[in-house]
Amino acid sequence: MTERSRFLALTWTLALTDWKLRFYGSILGYVWQLARPFAFFGVIYVVFTQIVGLGDEIKNYGVYILFAFVLFSFFAEVTNSCVTSLVSKENLLRKVSFPRLAIPMSVTLTGLFNLGGTLLAVFIFSTASGVYPDWSWFELPVLVFLLAVLSCGVGMILSILYVRYRDVEPIWEVTTQILFYASPVLYVSTLVDECCQRPYVAQPLATIMTEMRHAIVDPTAPDVATAIGGAWRLALPLLIVFGVFAFGLWLFNREAPRIAEHL
Amino acid sequence: MQIDVRSRAEGRRALLESAPPAVSVEGAYKTFRIPHQQYHTLKERALHPFRSRTYDAFHALNDVSLTVPRGEFFGIVGRNGSGKSTLLKCLAGIYRLDQGSLSLEGRLSPFIELGVGFNPDLAARDNVIINAVMMGLTREEARHRFDDIIAFAELEEFIDLKLKNYSSGMAVRLGFATATQVDADILLVDEVLAVGDAAFQQKCFEVFQRLKDAGKTILFVTHDMGLVERFCDRAMLLERGRVLLVGDPHEIGLLYHQVNFGDPVHKRPEADGEGSGKPVEIRTCWFEADGNAVIDLPNGERLGILFEVRFNERIEDPVFGLSLRNDVGHTVFATTSQWEHAATGSFGPGETVTVRVDVDAWFAPGRYEATPSVARAGSGADALDLREQMASFILHSTRVTGGLIDPPHSFEIERGAAEER
Repeated sequence: MTERSRFLALTWTLALTDWKLRFYGSILGYVWQLARPFAFFGVIYVVFTQIVGLGDEIKNYGVYILFAFVLFSFFAEVTNSCVTSLVSKENLLRKVSFPRLAIPMSVTLTGLFNLGGTLLAVFIFSTASGVYPDWSWFELPVLVFLLAVLSCGVGMILSILYVRYRDVEPIWEVTTQILFYASPVLYVSTLVDECCQRPYVAQPLATIMTEMRHAIVDPTAPDVATAIGGAWRLALPLLIVFGVFAFGLWLFNREAPRIAEHL
Repeated sequence: MQIDVRSRAEGRRALLESAPPAVSVEGAYKTFRIPHQQYHTLKERALHPFRSRTYDAFHALNDVSLTVPRGEFFGIVGRNGSGKSTLLKCLAGIYRLDQGSLSLEGRLSPFIELGVGFNPDLAARDNVIINAVMMGLTREEARHRFDDIIAFAELEEFIDLKLKNYSSGMAVRLGFATATQVDADILLVDEVLAVGDAAFQQKCFEVFQRLKDAGKTILFVTHDMGLVERFCDRAMLLERGRVLLVGDPHEIGLLYHQVNFGDPVHKRPEADGEGSGKPVEIRTCWFEADGNAVIDLPNGERLGILFEVRFNERIEDPVFGLSLRNDVGHTVFATTSQWEHAATGSFGPGETVTVRVDVDAWFAPGRYEATPSVARAGSGADALDLREQMASFILHSTRVTGGLIDPPHSFEIERGAAEER
């Protein structure tokens, strides 16, 4: 077996067992997995449509929140699990030599499994709410791919940092909270003040959410190229996504041989 | 008991000699830095950016070189902290060498620190499959092997039990079974036999033998010199990160004991001052071998037990006695001058004598304490001086028989009933 296929087999096995562990022996596991986004959605929907009154201005606001929240949860879950991933797999790292990269990769893969499961329920909900599948929905895998690349890149950096600095965990939790409000999850990017809208959309999470709104929730909303002011400007968020990933990969590979000694 | 394994080993070695060595390490150095001030958080790092980053260097491996040809059973011994585990971890690719080169021919399966890295929250099945995949099997092969592994570990009833609910012995069995059943070419084994019951140990021995016969290379770390002699073709003794000796297992075993119990020193408790009031004083007691004072010696050597007696009064025909007791207090050897020299003579005040008893030390390995005595002539019960456990020495052997003594003996097995002969 080549090194590459061993790496893939290992990543797959780790992700699968982690995923199974979460749903271990119960259908309820899946229900609990769904409970979080839907409960959150319920609260937000009531607050923002009934009290703040946003629902009238934004078409299919409920479906948007749900999709945005599920995508953001994926990002938050992957990055936060990555933080402790190396340390929690300490007994493996200290005893067996294997491609260390399989650990953050498998965390990302587990996140994707979960995302797939949740999206299934979200599709059902959105169809019931009058948002019907369209050809443009095929953009979703692309968006999810970009999000996964970003999450994995951030995750690799955090996992390495955490081995040395244990306060990375609370720091990243707070950062996730900030990112949550700094990204269009509860609101949409067109509500951001005209002057700052273009730089705002350049933030990769905002880029992805904005395009998601156009492609899935509301075709009449501006697509991301319009929002950022020209397709060529999309190079910036893409550069950030792949740049973070490349940096993460470089850092991870540089530190990987010495991880076991620092644990 | 002599079983002819050496010649078989020789033959196999010759066969495999042409192949490149399975393991070769050249001038390996590994140093761990132990910082004086350790920062575990970004906050501390940011608050004290200029605080000195001094550290102590711990040289775990210091110019270690070794070559293990394919098919060899190679023992690595040494005291705690001598670098055995570090070496194994470097070989396993868990640590990276600071300097030097390392090459392995073939797939490697490590069994380090009593385990192969299990996740306590997963059941045996998942753990075994993850580990097998890590060691280079495909998922398909791993699933295939699973039954063999479980059967070997004798854990059929506990397949679905989470590892955290396993006893330590069960976990070790599962780990060892996994490590040995993944078809690796090189097996690294660290202290496997310390746990596990006798039946499982026997099974391990059988596996070792089978792997040995299959031409697999095994690197074996242990503290049990008996095992080293029984299984290893060659062995290496590490001490403070350096290679003291690579050679014959028996030699290594003897040297290991010497390293463990320190350099021989003449044990002489401080002599009492003159005139302690006693008519006779036993002043010192010590052991000799080959004319040198020793505190340890291998089983079977000629051992001299000596003690010095000073007379403060005139004593006629005193009886000198000596007994050796083992750790649990059994007297394994006792003698007195009565049997050989009924009359020892007359000794005046101020006279000093040295009593010497020579014996072939065919005792079981362990610690022995000598109790010298001097008594008035007669039954020997009227003791003038008796020093309980005045001096001790350690007898080492590469085998533990369980018997109190281990004298030279022969062992013959012939086919056929006795009357036919």
